[in-house]
Amino acid sequence: MRVKTVEYQINYQSGIKTGASCTNWELMTFNEKAPFRDSVAYVFCEVHEITQFTNIIIVSIIIYIFVYICYCIIDKKVFTMRGGEAIIESLKNMGVKTIFGYPGGQTIPFYDMLYDADINHILVRHEQAAAHAADGYARASGRVGVCLATSGPGATNLVTGIGTAYMDSSPIVAITGQVPTHLIGNDAFQEADIIGITMPIVKYSYQPKNPDLIPSIIKSSFEIASTGRPGPVLIDVPKEVQEGELTKFDDSLIETPGYNPTIKGNIRQVKKARDLIKEAKKPMILAGAGVIISHACAELRKFAETINAPVMTSLLGKGAFDETNELALGMLGMHGRKVSNDYINESDLLIAIGIRFSDRTTGRLDSFAPDTKIIHIDIDPAEIGKNVEVDLPIVGDARNILSSLNKVLTTYKPSSDVNKWTDMIKQKKIELLPRVTYDDVPLKPQTVIKEIAEVLTPESILTTDVGQNQMWAAHFFDTQKPRKFISSGGLGTMGFGFPAAIGAKVACPDDPVVSLNGDGGFLMVCQELATVREYDLPVIAIVLENRTLGMVYQWQSLLYNERHSQTLLGNSPDFVKLAESFGVNATRITKPGETKEALSSAIKDNEPVLLNVVIDPEEALPMLPPGAGINEMIGEYKLEKDVI
Amino acid sequence: MTFNYHVISTLVEDKPGVLQKVAGMFNRRGFNIDSITVGNSEVEGLSRMVITVHADERGLEQVTKQLNKLVDVIKIKDITEVAVKRELCLVKVNIPNEKARAEIMQYSNIFRANILDVTEQTLLIELTGDKKKINAFLSLVETFGIKRIARTGLTAMSRGI
Repeated sequence: MRVKTVEYQINYQSGIKTGASCTNWELMTFNEKAPFRDSVAYVFCEVHEITQFTNIIIVSIIIYIFVYICYCIIDKKVFTMRGGEAIIESLKNMGVKTIFGYPGGQTIPFYDMLYDADINHILVRHEQAAAHAADGYARASGRVGVCLATSGPGATNLVTGIGTAYMDSSPIVAITGQVPTHLIGNDAFQEADIIGITMPIVKYSYQPKNPDLIPSIIKSSFEIASTGRPGPVLIDVPKEVQEGELTKFDDSLIETPGYNPTIKGNIRQVKKARDLIKEAKKPMILAGAGVIISHACAELRKFAETINAPVMTSLLGKGAFDETNELALGMLGMHGRKVSNDYINESDLLIAIGIRFSDRTTGRLDSFAPDTKIIHIDIDPAEIGKNVEVDLPIVGDARNILSSLNKVLTTYKPSSDVNKWTDMIKQKKIELLPRVTYDDVPLKPQTVIKEIAEVLTPESILTTDVGQNQMWAAHFFDTQKPRKFISSGGLGTMGFGFPAAIGAKVACPDDPVVSLNGDGGFLMVCQELATVREYDLPVIAIVLENRTLGMVYQWQSLLYNERHSQTLLGNSPDFVKLAESFGVNATRITKPGETKEALSSAIKDNEPVLLNVVIDPEEALPMLPPGAGINEMIGEYKLEKDVI
Repeated sequence: MTFNYHVISTLVEDKPGVLQKVAGMFNRRGFNIDSITVGNSEVEGLSRMVITVHADERGLEQVTKQLNKLVDVIKIKDITEVAVKRELCLVKVNIPNEKARAEIMQYSNIFRANILDVTEQTLLIELTGDKKKINAFLSLVETFGIKRIARTGLTAMSRGI
């Protein structure tokens, strides 16, 4: 039993006749284990001469104390809460149903309390996967994902996942254990200054030094992670804080006077934007992940249709605009669609929404839309003018600004110039559709993506890993709905795709979830096959096997005289046997048509499955070499219209 | 692009790690802090940081925006043009001969510097002023041989109400 001391102040001056040793006010300390004995002993040893009258008073005081202590004990039974329980309770209050984690020495108290708690915990097989799964959960659902790891190595294993979430503005809350406060700074076992380590890659971090702070900190973390430009928040909880008892459960938000994200766009800027749109003859829209994050996809669609402008997206913007819509041109950038890359510089007005103009999207900056006026809408003022100089910035939430724009454009009708331009682009889009029809063996990745697209419904979620597999998916797969294409953009984290799919599946249990991986990236996280098996998560992992680290291999082929330094993976492992050793069914696919068949039956079976697809190692997308402008792609861009 | 010194006054929360966050941000974004001074402000729980940074206009804009993005940073103001700037410098100067002693003391008078400590071989001088004034004084006494310099870095406050 835990021992808690309670202090009482009792005025017993009136009960003492000659108590020379007593002062007016005495501090009496009671041990809860034996409160009554202590109090009686104390009173009787201190007070020697007692009158009848004072005797009554003292007895009544003792009764009073006894009753009070009984009350405290009952009270405690009802309200006792330790730090770890407060974490669980607060997470539940924030609507969290599932957390992804991995226990360790400094989180044992938390995990002990989790034992009895009604909150799901998914035990991943590596902490990095916990962070990616929380990230995948957040991206698929729009809610905050939660991951948990122990101190030291557990916490540092989260770092890649936290960095990934930071770069892609994904709201996650990472909770780490920490060595007890009195050991912090002593290089204790499994101690790492995780707050310091993650400082540049979190939106904010907390270290509660007192269990009472936990409810407020958790609530504030969710607030900061999910509002404004979302991002990861770290909570580092020392072990004794997890064990310590709360005196009260106060979950009021911690004041952060320095945190006031701008939501509403300045109406004067919106009107200026309207004027620029009215003047424009060749407008284009470039949509980023900000549109998805702010739930502005319907507004974007209305806006694009009102001004009749073609819509390009960034990698993470995929899904912000239905790519089967005739106005959709597809991805812009280093491995972007030819129509987007070729025609962006011909536009006279670029409306960029919720995008940060990453170097992979723009190519060389001075040849990115040099004669184009740019309107930049973003919630983060620091993104305005960071990479690309803009003519009109509007800071605020994309949804808010797009609805205001739609309002001020209600009477707007696109001019004949605009219609002519857009018709021309639509025509070019059809002409420049990339070739996806092949019947080659070894399989072309295009065939695989085409067959995946034929099977997946618009509600299905496709996560990708990083590298060629990602670019093929981004390039050839038409995403129709937001939050259905999940990929690590900014940090480009290999090993993201599969654990992110686990998170996505937990977030959307009714939608098919497919993760597309290369053989390199999948091996970084293949241990998560155990997780999908253990929890019966019907995630379908497609592993494109070309036995190379394809993206680097491709660069070496194109730019480094085919010197394939350390990019050949050899013949190990056999992915089918690997999956089967985890109890996951697997199929090896080598011919056209097989992907479609295997994927359909995998979705129908609703079981975790691995599809090992052997592809042509020499297939590569055209690309912008480093330092090239957006319209200076190298490599042959094969067109669907040329298919004989 | 012209690079200039900018003096930025920021109001930040007085919490552990805030200085690290601010300094780390400068480093990470590739900006050089020339000097940084931190102390309590007029509001309890808030500190004022005065940062001198060498940047062009665009860089300054980025610095300001990135600073603003930090949750613990409450207010930022570029006070380069409107500020009174002061730095404290402690300098220990050699005294090669008696004549030099008189000379140094004379310079100190001109610069309104205080002499804090006197030994037979050295003088410890306290000088307050902007960068130019301190540099001017240091170059004057350099000929006698400077044993040690400690400078606080610039702190500043905007003029007027």
